[in-house]
Amino acid sequence: MAPRILVQEAPFDAAAEAARLTEGRTDVGALASFTGLCRADDGLRAMVLEHYPGMTERALLRIAEEAMARWPLTACTVIHRHGRITPGEPIVLVLTASAHRAAALESCAFLMDWLKTKAPFWKREELAEGGSRWVEARATDEAAASRW
Amino acid sequence: MKILYFAWVRERTGVAEEEIALPDGVRDIAALVDHLAARSPGHAAAFENRRTIRAAVNQDFATPDTTVAPGDEVAFFPPVTGG
Repeated sequence: MAPRILVQEAPFDAAAEAARLTEGRTDVGALASFTGLCRADDGLRAMVLEHYPGMTERALLRIAEEAMARWPLTACTVIHRHGRITPGEPIVLVLTASAHRAAALESCAFLMDWLKTKAPFWKREELAEGGSRWVEARATDEAAASRW
Repeated sequence: MKILYFAWVRERTGVAEEEIALPDGVRDIAALVDHLAARSPGHAAAFENRRTIRAAVNQDFATPDTTVAPGDEVAFFPPVTGG
């Protein structure tokens, strides 16, 4: 099954997305899911995500295909939002389905680590006191991506 | 060729996208950055610290020695911060 990749401004329905991967199947023994949400650190008002239309979808598909090549997955879904997202709202969803849990859990972590460093998104924070600033890339994210 | 800028690189150059003629002798990303940095004070500011700039050629991540050719789509942006 080809990975399901969505780059969208609208919120997503994580439960409905999860149901898609198991519906009518009896070979899926493990479904792993990760949802990344916007936190209100230091009273942050919102997060604005910019991306590179075209390259974003391409990069996410490549990362998902890499996961499907490395682990025996029956399906995988990556949904990443862009635009203005307020605290409490979901930003990203990764779902992986497999016969067994190790493949599902490991590939889910792999997908998050890689998409943080290999997909063209940029976050700008709208601050509590007004104004905004671009989020800087973290060395710890780079280290997490390189462990795979 | 089409040049795209994202995030604070776009804010500094003041343009999201521009069409340029690839000058003779410019064959890789490093040389293209030298050329673009001379276009305006904003471009110079955007490319001030080259270690903080990433690039893509035809929507694939590139490095300073990646070759560029007329007709390519080249993008410049800060290190990515998605997820």
